[in-house]
Parts: sequence; C-alpha cells; structure tokens
Amino acid sequence: MSLRTALLLAACLLSAGAAAGEIPLSERRSGYELMGRETRAMQDDDATNPGMLWVLDGETLWRKKAGAADRACAACHGDARTSMKGVAARYPAFDAALKRPVNLEQRINMCRTGRQKAPPLAFESRELLALTAYVARQSRGLPINIAIDARSKPFLDAGSEAFHRRQGQLNLACSQCHDDNWGKRLAGSVIPQAHPTGYPLYRLEWQGLGSLGRRMRNCLVGIRAEPYAYGAPEFVDLELYLMWRANGMKIETPAVRP
Amino acid sequence: MARAVVTLPAQAKRGEIIEIKTLAAHSMETGFRRTQTGELIPRDIIRRFSCTYNGTEVYRVDLHPAIAANPLIVFTTIATETGTLSFQWVGDNGYTANETAPIRVE
Repeated sequence: MSLRTALLLAACLLSAGAAAGEIPLSERRSGYELMGRETRAMQDDDATNPGMLWVLDGETLWRKKAGAADRACAACHGDARTSMKGVAARYPAFDAALKRPVNLEQRINMCRTGRQKAPPLAFESRELLALTAYVARQSRGLPINIAIDARSKPFLDAGSEAFHRRQGQLNLACSQCHDDNWGKRLAGSVIPQAHPTGYPLYRLEWQGLGSLGRRMRNCLVGIRAEPYAYGAPEFVDLELYLMWRANGMKIETPAVRP
Repeated sequence: MARAVVTLPAQAKRGEIIEIKTLAAHSMETGFRRTQTGELIPRDIIRRFSCTYNGTEVYRVDLHPAIAANPLIVFTTIATETGTLSFQWVGDNGYTANETAPIRVE
C-alpha cells in the first residue's frame, strides 16, 4: 500500500468516526418509536397507562397539606395544570442559591424543606415519584427546552464529558451505545438513543415507575461501573446533558418502556 | 393508597357492547421471590376482581401469582339499562379497592 492510499484510508476512517458521533436532528428517535405496537398503545391510552396511577397519587399529594408550615403545593402554585405547564421541559435548571443545576426531584424536595418545612422525600419513594410524575405530566407534548448560559455551561460540559468517557470494567462510554450503535440490539433489546423524554416512566421490567437516576444507575451497573448515589452532582450533570441533547423533542411523561 | 382507575363510556345505546378498562395499583408480589439473604418474600396479590351492573354480577376473575403488577383488566358487557357499575378488587393482607361508575343507556 502506498503512503498516499494509507493516508486516504486514515482520513476516511476519521471522518466515519466523526459522523458516528452526534445524532442529527432528523434522525433523533424517542425510545417510543423503537418499541412494540402493544407497548406504544399502552402508553398512548391513559386508561391503560399504569404511570397514570402515580400521576393520580401525585394530584392528591399536590393538594395535601404537609410539614410544619401546614401548606400544600397548591397553596402557593395553585392549579398545576397551568402553573406547572412546561416546567419539566426546562429541568434540570440552574439554581442561583446552590450555584449548580438541580433536577425536578431535587426542586420538589427543596420546596418541601424550604417552604413546607417538611422532611425531604426519599429518592424513588412512591410519594416523590408521584409528585414528579404529576408535575412532569403537565408538560406532556411540549418540546424540551434546556437553555444553557455561562453559569450552567461548565455543568453541561461535565455531563458531556461523562457521556463520552469510557468507564467500568467493560470500559464503555454511554456514547458508544447510544450515539454510535442505537437501533442495533443488545441481548435482544433495541438500543435506544437515550433521550430522557418520558421520565419518571413506567418500565415493564421494573413493574413500576422509576426516575432517570434509576435508569442511569442500571446502565452504570450494566457496564460494571460503580453507580453514583441518587441525586449525586455527577448524575444531575449527565441528566442536564441528556436533556439538552434531546432539546426540541416532546415530553411524554408518564411514558411506558419495555 | 388503594388506587384504582376505571374507564368506560358515559353513555351507550341499549344492547350495545361496551368495553370497560380497569387498572389497580398493586405490587402483585408472587410469594416465590427471595431477598438477598434468602428469605422468602411473602405473597401479596389481588385474589379476585368482580364487576356488578345494578347489583348483578357481570364479570369476575380470579388472579394468581405471576400476574403482572398493577393489573390491567379489560372486558366487555352489554349495556342494558341506566345505572351504576361497581368494581371490587380483593386481595391478601386485607387489601380492598372499590370504584363505581355511572352509565346512561338510551
């Protein structure tokens, strides 16, 4: 092989590598489009979507007084259908007091401890999932709209770095599956593009509702990496990056996934 | 919270077949699973679901282990007269859930 041919080949390989990186907007797919007809039907009909059980619980909790302040969410925020519309599409959002982004679960808990003077709800507890699902449900059908400014940029970069970093005993980066090999199969399941459009969502495998944090912990365990704790800054950065990466896609909460 | 959701048409023509969808929040623990230390997790399931239409039973089902959590039960009945449909779920550990839904038949 001449030097010239070798260089040409190397250039081809490099450009192919670059093309496999980011997913162009026209090729973005929600996990919804990759799943079976029956599971899609289950999500589409509120009468069959089990996630609605949590949404209804959340509606009850929204109106229920809590904490030493004896106030309900509704006492400040009123009707969630109007006040919470579009909120989930903006989260994780930068919090000026904490000087870092917080996700929707953390925001709800900040309200609980700060305004309601109540103990925070445990991550993945039925109550926190129900409230989060109820709040996020109000954004269903609205496009994800993560705005990045100078304050949140370092956290987005940290999330992006984590997404592209090889880790765990299998030495895999998130991007190797979700950017480079989406649509192919991993142990019989279709690899999705990892757009968090429907969280908290009902996973048939879990037989229940779960947060994006739970999903990411599953992924980390899958690549034999040490998972971070729920609400860890590393996870929120990654969540910020994933939501930003899905900008413009529609919120599906409560979604159903296999 | 014994949460259950029932969906059916609010009105129907006499003699029409109507579809009823029900969803109950329940973990449906099979009784065959073990904890990490090997102890058996006791069974906790819904054992029976029934639907009565103006006091007459029109549908009943016995549930068993290995039925998925939050069971979705969809069935049909014939709209005969205006009235109320009552739904009852009964299960282990004193679990009961009740729902009612009105229907207008013309």
